[in-house]
Amino acid sequence: MKENKALRRFREVAAAPYDYLRNLKTVTGKEMIGSTCSYTPEELIIAAGAHPFRIFGESKGLSHADAHLQAYGCSMVRGMLEDGLSGSLDFIDGVVFSHACDSIQRLSDIWRLNVKSLHFDVLLPVKLDTPLAKSYFTKVIGRFKKDLEKSFSIEISESEMKKAIHVMNELRNNLIRLYTLQSQYPGFISGSDISAIVKASMVMEKQEAVDLLTHILDEAGEIKLADMPSNPKRILISGSICSHPDISRIIEGKNAVVVWDDLCSGTRYFEGLVPDDKEPLEAIASRFTSRYVCPAKHLGVEFQMENLKKLITQHKVDAVLFMFLKFCEPFSFDYPDIKKALEKMKIPFLMVEMDRHNGVDEQMRTRIDTMLEIL
Amino acid sequence: MAERLKATREMKKIMQRYYFEAKNARFIGKKVAWITSGGPVEPLIAMNIIPVYPENHGAMIGASKKGGKLSEFAEGLGYSQDVCSYAKNDITSSITKESPIKGGLPKPDMLICSNNICGTVLKWYEIQARKYNVPLFIYDTPFVHTEFTEEARDYVNEQTKEYVKFLEKVTGKKFNYRRMKKVGRLSIEAMRMWKRVLETAEHHPSPMTAFDAFFHLALIVTLRGKKVVVKYYKTLLKELQERSKENVGAVDEEKYRLLWDNLPIWYRMRWLSQKFASHQAALVADTYTQAWCGVIDYIDEEDFLGTMGEAYTRIHLNVGVDQMAETIKGFIQQYKADGIVMHSNMSCKPYSFGQYDIQHLIRETGIPVLMIEADMTDERKFSQSQIETRIDAFMEVIKQRKQHDYTGN
Ligand code: SF4
Ligand code: SF4
Repeated sequence: MKENKALRRFREVAAAPYDYLRNLKTVTGKEMIGSTCSYTPEELIIAAGAHPFRIFGESKGLSHADAHLQAYGCSMVRGMLEDGLSGSLDFIDGVVFSHACDSIQRLSDIWRLNVKSLHFDVLLPVKLDTPLAKSYFTKVIGRFKKDLEKSFSIEISESEMKKAIHVMNELRNNLIRLYTLQSQYPGFISGSDISAIVKASMVMEKQEAVDLLTHILDEAGEIKLADMPSNPKRILISGSICSHPDISRIIEGKNAVVVWDDLCSGTRYFEGLVPDDKEPLEAIASRFTSRYVCPAKHLGVEFQMENLKKLITQHKVDAVLFMFLKFCEPFSFDYPDIKKALEKMKIPFLMVEMDRHNGVDEQMRTRIDTMLEIL
Repeated sequence: MAERLKATREMKKIMQRYYFEAKNARFIGKKVAWITSGGPVEPLIAMNIIPVYPENHGAMIGASKKGGKLSEFAEGLGYSQDVCSYAKNDITSSITKESPIKGGLPKPDMLICSNNICGTVLKWYEIQARKYNVPLFIYDTPFVHTEFTEEARDYVNEQTKEYVKFLEKVTGKKFNYRRMKKVGRLSIEAMRMWKRVLETAEHHPSPMTAFDAFFHLALIVTLRGKKVVVKYYKTLLKELQERSKENVGAVDEEKYRLLWDNLPIWYRMRWLSQKFASHQAALVADTYTQAWCGVIDYIDEEDFLGTMGEAYTRIHLNVGVDQMAETIKGFIQQYKADGIVMHSNMSCKPYSFGQYDIQHLIRETGIPVLMIEADMTDERKFSQSQIETRIDAFMEVIKQRKQHDYTGN
């Protein structure tokens, strides 16, 4: 894809998300509300007049976090805590902890005891497949709305919620269109640009992200097939977080393209729309209980496998790359059974465990290279 | 050192009988449910279903020093080195049948999973539900960081009703509410007896140690709701009270009293107990075994089913770190502890993350804390020489502090 202003902007924000946010706060005066998980009802934060963003664990070292969390915590959780303790999030007004994995749950406690800011626990159910759990989910979201109202001394109106749902849906639609294009015309844009776009979308003002994306999608209308890799291998990445530019480079260096993902830093952020014909709270809840669920949640015992199989067929995937963060329980427990299923389907795959604070090492690079070469 | 508790023998027999019955459930027309250690077992007992605890089995595997080996096998299947070893032990044993119980655990007819102890069990039970192709019931207990909300209360109470329906469906029988009443009472009585057993350790010298508690815990975990539990703990209590009367301590010339936090290190129980005893230190209480009697107050004896939701939701592992620290402060007072040993358990993140903050929160008590990093069943993660040095150093500190106290300096 041609270099353009919109793309540059996304890259800029993704490279220094907290600078963007600090500036946004100065310009708009909005409260900055961080979140730790994709199960955050961002619509409500927007409707409350505040700005939602994802905390990434940007810090390089872990000197502050080490005094609170053992080394066998995943680098995501330790990194987020480091951001909170080291002052790199000095602009935040509050943080939302949605119930996800055990580590995030404890992170919430440790955060509440050590970082001064508004604190919201969103006590979501773990099972999402019963009517009772769904109705509880809606009530939890309702409580979050009340908590926001109380904290900001405001009332969140239905029309504000609908507006927020609308802009979030637009963003999701645009991101899905981008992914679909990449699946249709693999390589029309680089993998690291896609990662940057998704990451920046989790940070930026949503309308700005929507407009920039629309611009990129419009330009994509003139995709020049001649400039694209011919017949690349089609890869799917699955895991929690993966925004490592090196990974895309390694993959693309071997005439392969990531055509889809199943990642917290990818489709799990934007897949599925909030129905706009329902009562807002129920509508927001219903998206969470029907989109790709994360492994820390339960939607039947086969969901992760079935979903992966579906994606493999839909996107004609040649190989799957699992990227797990070391020490992560929910993702790693699903892997052996999925592995068996993929072996049966004769789909090549590779699993690598990584740490957000260490780059891709030689060994990992060789393993990825080797898998791609034998495809 | 005091003699072994006499009751122990009886306890072994009860457990043997229980596993024998469970292994032969099919022949006596009973169903088997696998259930998590914090799961609501009483309705199963009321329905004559035999509960089986993979975690208790995991502990047995650990105690027989096979945890490392069984974990390693699971790792060969693709399970990570860094996840709960109970889960890995169970997954391995259900394939290889390697187990201290001949042939391993009996196959489940259903799985009952409550996430009040961790999210790990959810993943673990999903795996076993796929393997055995049996129905899975999830008793979902929202975390109580600071508050047990109204909607959480409704949610768990409604799930109790769903649970009853689930059991009716898998057994094809009507739920026996009359029997449930009895079972509920027995369960509460067992918890009360367990509490009294643990409280005998308030006496100086303590007639029991946490190592005894770890051992005798099996009954309250697996069989609460049955008469035999109450009866057994009564006998045990009597024996302990007699010891106290005669001032017989579990540790010879007990001088120092310590608390233990987190799961036991099953494969080094004896070594640890001797190590501390050699310093004249008794581990008088622990947060782990106390969990099975910590929530009695939330249960209404007249309405067990209607109130168990709250009790099961508020257990030690499902509450905020600050509340855990409060509980520990309470134990320090109650048991007159001189120090705390925290097992930073690489298997168990919900129990271990937050331990540093707990240390911080209890610093006003002034008592020293020792943190040892290990794993409850995976002996590969235990570095004996390092831990030994640290225990010795820690005991030195405790001794010096105590001397200061005596001399008033
Ligand atoms: S990577 Fe795994 S352990 Fe870490 S926050 Fe995500 S789900 Fe939790
Ligand atoms: S040891 Fe911890 S992680 Fe493992 S089953 Fe028990 S509570 Fe869960």
